[in-house]
Amino acid sequence: MLIAATVAIFIAMLLAIFRGIAGPTLYDRILAVNTFGTKTVLMISLLGFVMGRPEFLDIAIVYALINFISVIGVLRYSDTDQFKHTPPNKKSEEEL
Amino acid sequence: MELLITIVSGLFLLVGSFLCLSGGVGIIRFPDFYTRMHAVGVTDTLGSVMILTGLMMQSSDLLVIAKLIMVLLLILLVGPTTSHVLAKAAFHNGLQPKGLSTENKHNNKESSSSNT
Amino acid sequence: MKHTISLFITLAAFWLLNSGHYSVLILSLGLASIALIIYIANKMDVVDQESQPLYLSRKIFGYYFWLIIEIIKANTTVVKHIWLGKKTISPTLKKIKVTQQTDMGKVIYANSITLTPGTVAIDINEDEILVHALIAEDLDSLEFGEMDRRVTSLEN
Repeated sequence: MLIAATVAIFIAMLLAIFRGIAGPTLYDRILAVNTFGTKTVLMISLLGFVMGRPEFLDIAIVYALINFISVIGVLRYSDTDQFKHTPPNKKSEEEL
Repeated sequence: MELLITIVSGLFLLVGSFLCLSGGVGIIRFPDFYTRMHAVGVTDTLGSVMILTGLMMQSSDLLVIAKLIMVLLLILLVGPTTSHVLAKAAFHNGLQPKGLSTENKHNNKESSSSNT
Repeated sequence: MKHTISLFITLAAFWLLNSGHYSVLILSLGLASIALIIYIANKMDVVDQESQPLYLSRKIFGYYFWLIIEIIKANTTVVKHIWLGKKTISPTLKKIKVTQQTDMGKVIYANSITLTPGTVAIDINEDEILVHALIAEDLDSLEFGEMDRRVTSLEN
């Protein structure tokens, strides 16, 4: 059951990555990165149990913190010009 | 007793992975950014609660359970904060929600421009 | 003073649970870092009612229990609509009145709205929260005011 849950989370992570590549707006990408990070935390905890090494939980805690800080850090710049939502034909989304 | 715990924890893990998978499908399927955010909420809340509770049942070490609770609290505290910040940034930078079913579209445009 | 003590207890529990080693050296290192953090927090002037809301601690657990039930209900609705497809959703944007007086109450209310899947609080000003909902009925139940009433009763 642990392995099944790991596989399910892995598929969900693939779907999130797909949304991150497909876009279409910058915010979709940030959202995809955020949910990818949350799922990574869950996956690290699961893998710790699969491999019988619960020390992985420390890494999961650190990863949860890094994920939070990175998203907040990107959005600190959300009042700059690059984040303005422009119509689809001439948008600038090189950032991520 | 041992068997019962294994079954219940397996059930929790199963429901949790189903919820996470649904969240992933929702991110792909929903039409615009704001609705996708609701799909992420499913993974962030009940999905992780279910998976981490399932893991808690399989462990007998008290420290491991405490760390799992810590991860859970972090996810539950951090999740709404990030989605709110993200939604606010998107809204204030002029990303309008698609397919609104109510009348107050005009109203919101006014308030967004006055707040930026 | 009681806020400092509560901060000390929280930090000590955090250290003890995370380290897992209970030798004298490690424990004294932990004590030193806790003292450092309390000193910095005092200098930053953040040890107060706002960061350590002790007055909530009696009632908050009942509220959490109710909130978990609400989250489970909202999750089933959202998951159902994910699998039913985008024809069945009705995204809505609306302003909701808040009746809380304190900042803490407003934050708890807005955070609870965001934590329940299907509704996200986008913006907040003096007495209104702008909410985006996946399904219009979710907003109706929010306007009905059960959550609002419970958060307001937490305040005092």
